[in-house]
Amino acid sequence: MHALLGICGSIAIAFVILITVFLVMSGVPAIKEIGIINFLFGTKWASTAVEPSYGILPFILTSVFGTAGAIILGVPLGILCAVFVTKIADKRIGAIVSGAVDIMSGIPSVVYGLVGMIVIVPAVRSLFGLPDGANLFSAILVLAVMILPSVISVSETALRAVPREYEEGSLALGATKTETIFKVTIPSAKSGILASVVLGVGRAVGEAMAVMMVSGNVPNMPGIFRSVRFLTTAVASEMSYSSGLQRQALFSVALVLFVFIMLINIILNIAVKKENRS
Amino acid sequence: MKKIKKLIVGAAAFSLLAGMTGCGGAQTAAPGSSSSAEQTVSTDGSTSMESVIGFLSEAYQQKNGVKVTYNPTGSGSGIQAVQEGRCDIGLSSRALKSDEEKTLNGTVIALDGIAVVVNPQNTVTDLTVGQIAKIYTGEITDWSQLGGNDAPIVCIGREAASGTRDGFESVTDTEDMCKYAQELTSTGDVIQTVASNPNAIGYASLASVGESVKPLNVEGISPSEETILSGEYPIQRGFLLVTPKDKALSETAQAFYDFCTSSEADELIRKAGAVPVAK
Repeated sequence: MHALLGICGSIAIAFVILITVFLVMSGVPAIKEIGIINFLFGTKWASTAVEPSYGILPFILTSVFGTAGAIILGVPLGILCAVFVTKIADKRIGAIVSGAVDIMSGIPSVVYGLVGMIVIVPAVRSLFGLPDGANLFSAILVLAVMILPSVISVSETALRAVPREYEEGSLALGATKTETIFKVTIPSAKSGILASVVLGVGRAVGEAMAVMMVSGNVPNMPGIFRSVRFLTTAVASEMSYSSGLQRQALFSVALVLFVFIMLINIILNIAVKKENRS
Repeated sequence: MKKIKKLIVGAAAFSLLAGMTGCGGAQTAAPGSSSSAEQTVSTDGSTSMESVIGFLSEAYQQKNGVKVTYNPTGSGSGIQAVQEGRCDIGLSSRALKSDEEKTLNGTVIALDGIAVVVNPQNTVTDLTVGQIAKIYTGEITDWSQLGGNDAPIVCIGREAASGTRDGFESVTDTEDMCKYAQELTSTGDVIQTVASNPNAIGYASLASVGESVKPLNVEGISPSEETILSGEYPIQRGFLLVTPKDKALSETAQAFYDFCTSSEADELIRKAGAVPVAK
């Protein structure tokens, strides 16, 4: 039995190693051929032009800005929602909100994209008087909503884990409930909340389908109301048709994305460990 | 805390993978191995030919009991798949390039008009190919320059390697010069976007143009079966069956090929919204 469980356990590791090796092997040749500086810092992507150019800086910056925007909008909202569910709302209402959050996390990303395409894109267009609403801003709005469930549920767990004595001590010293929440409970749950943020970053960086439907998909350098292409959508929109160096370059884009996610995980690990030690 | 951390690391990695495979899923479905499976014909290629090949294969299966598989990967991959022997017949919505013609035969079975569509609220009804080219290259940027409303033009197009985009850009002579506001990955997305934006212009296979958008006349000719077949409507392309030159088709594949090129297929091609070529 132990051996069987051991095998099951090692399957996960095997997949991680397999995917890493595969991505590195298929991603490195194109980077070598294009040159790492040209690839990472080139500002023009024209993979099917007569003289192709493979610069992915627009994708990298779009992914960074898009994720940052989603975090700025989504994280405060998510944390406050978690505070409401755990500390303010009475049990029944809290359960309803938690249930809604669970349902939200189960909605497929293509549905978010569809709603974004039919509701958010035209709304952004008329609200800001733009010729077209498919841009970075719409993508940020969709991503901000999409990271909510992970931020809320992880923050919720962290807030619930704060020992009752801390809050009782604070209240006994004369602090109001609001003061207790913001000065005692949230700081004590800091590492868990931080974890929820990083999880949100991971979700936002890795999302492809929904942003493809609302971001316009043109490889421009990012601007808030410009049509942009993310790292994920760069791979997804061209992979099915690609060939030769173009295909290899798409694998390289995927490799860059993979490195991004790995870095995020490492940062998370370090941050959480540091927090635990102090 | 440790548990949560592990959960998060896993979830983050998983969401990356899920995001990527979610979109790649459709094209990774491998075609049925062609040579080993008796009584199956595998086709692979142009997404624009989906409805044409759908009608043909369904009718053929009912008639002869032979299953025809279709893997919608795009013209480029379809041609590559025939070259590598991964499918029996490749489907392409663009003409073969000269180096591809060395090893492959392309047979036009149908013509497809690419309609230039605008929002129904748009008052412009007629454009020349030159004007369309100027719109897409960014020389004409406002509908008022074309006699329409005073509003900026929003150019909607397809992703870089789409057969429709290739067809459109080669007819209008705007290859690699188009300045798109949006590059969408399917015909349906283009129609949906044009239908919801009064300033948008887009292009799509005539077969998939419905009530929600307004097709423009080009050079005074409205896109229809007659004007496409007669060659009057300028923005059109061929739907090709691609077969290897050096290797004969399997018996079942050859029978399907003959069926597609026979006059029997005309009505089916018409039903699918394309124009059958005269036999």
